[in-house]
Amino acid sequence: MTIQNRYEFVYLFDVSNGNPNGDPDAGNMPRLDPESSKGLVTDVCLKRKIRNFIELTDEKTSGYEIYVKEKSILNLQNNEAYKALGIEHVSKKLPKDINDANKITSWMCEHFFDIRAFGAVMTTEVNCGQVRGPVQLAFAKSIDPIIPLEISITRMAVTTEKEAEEQAGGNRTMGRKHIVPYGLYRVHGFISAKLAEKTGFSETDLEKFWQALALMFEHDRSAARGEMAARKLVVFKHNDALGNVPAHALFERVKVDRINGEKDTPASSFSDYKISIDKTNLQGVTIEEKF
Amino acid sequence: MAYGIKLHIWGDYACFTRPEMKVERVSYDVITPSAARGILEAIHWKPAIRWVIDKIHVLHPVRFESIRRNEVGSKISAAKIKTAIRNQSTQDLYLVADDSKERQQRASTVLRNVAYVIEAHFELTDLAGEEDNEGKHLDIFNRRARKGQCFQQPCMGVREFPAYFSLIEPEQPLPESGLAPEQLNRDLGWMLHDIDFDNGMMPRFFKAELKSGVITVPDFYSDEVKA
Repeated sequence: MTIQNRYEFVYLFDVSNGNPNGDPDAGNMPRLDPESSKGLVTDVCLKRKIRNFIELTDEKTSGYEIYVKEKSILNLQNNEAYKALGIEHVSKKLPKDINDANKITSWMCEHFFDIRAFGAVMTTEVNCGQVRGPVQLAFAKSIDPIIPLEISITRMAVTTEKEAEEQAGGNRTMGRKHIVPYGLYRVHGFISAKLAEKTGFSETDLEKFWQALALMFEHDRSAARGEMAARKLVVFKHNDALGNVPAHALFERVKVDRINGEKDTPASSFSDYKISIDKTNLQGVTIEEKF
Repeated sequence: MAYGIKLHIWGDYACFTRPEMKVERVSYDVITPSAARGILEAIHWKPAIRWVIDKIHVLHPVRFESIRRNEVGSKISAAKIKTAIRNQSTQDLYLVADDSKERQQRASTVLRNVAYVIEAHFELTDLAGEEDNEGKHLDIFNRRARKGQCFQQPCMGVREFPAYFSLIEPEQPLPESGLAPEQLNRDLGWMLHDIDFDNGMMPRFFKAELKSGVITVPDFYSDEVKA
């Protein structure tokens, strides 16, 4: 049974002394909105963590495989597959046999959680169309401006012999880390019941998705990330599959106020914030605070 | 136009990718009629109707920002899936996202803080049955837009940039334009109108011009629109 309700959610997570999402354009500095100096975390960064979490917990469960993996194995048997099937890759148009295409798409949806949730493009040489997933995430943005710090670190070893010779035995290299001392980030998400119908995104999938949001940072520890934690997940559940209230009106109900220190200056901990949810006059929408 | 609608849409970011620059995406200055149609279809659409964009009001100054992300270079191949179905195993079916062959760092030059008013109407298509009439579809659209209902959350060009919307009732005034006087009139150059799905997905372009903050979109099959 696919989900029968439209959902929107506000998800808050924070970082202490870490880099939540590096910017490849800026030497891996934490992403910044140049206009407001607020920190950014891209939608794809968060989707990666959701995929990783599902892969970690449900790797062996049938139907919860992950298509876009993060692992360094070379495994591209495209050509072999083409040869084996004797398929000509000439046409780039939609396949002539629509049943074939539908069969392929639904098989992928059935087996892969990330395709059911986020969709996938299967428009290669042999075109199978594309599926749009029900789950849509926007960019996460910090509540207040952040001040990224550049920390220099040293390593008491060098990589090559040549380097060692040049340093005449000093054997030291310098490195750099970028951290955000503290930042609370807010992201908005949307789940369409109508698209869920098309990919087969079920209630169980939804529960797993909420669980991933709750726990994904707990399983994404690394030297770069510092301390990241999920702080709050407010879910708006519409009674109607199409929705009962505009998304923006619901998001405005979740207010994050600065209670310690000046607004629009960098904060130093989660206790600097107060989260309040306006639950009055909700028509056809229920609020679930998942944590 | 008796059955026209006006929809106010806005968002923090937008990316209406120029077809000539889509490896490292660069957005058009304003929303394309094609993207505007997509937004309306996300609220209400049936094969019986076809949305036609009449005017686009640009409410905010045009500003750009660059974002670079790690993306993957390839798509799922159908042949691989067929093999997997035949073997009843998903073992070899995945994409390694951080493999150096797959990973591509791409920048997107996107719009910031956009807001538009879309003026549009719809026409009935050949697929319209006896039970379809203009009033019915117009009512469904208005009801949904008024309540914030949608088939899926509409987006500003790409799905990571959600579009928020509210219906402008016929008697309601348009939102105030935030454009400075010198920004009200501009030649925006050739811009994608829409894709001609009836003729082999042929893109068709028109000369977009901002006059007093409004782009008037020519009819899709008129002489002003070139393939």
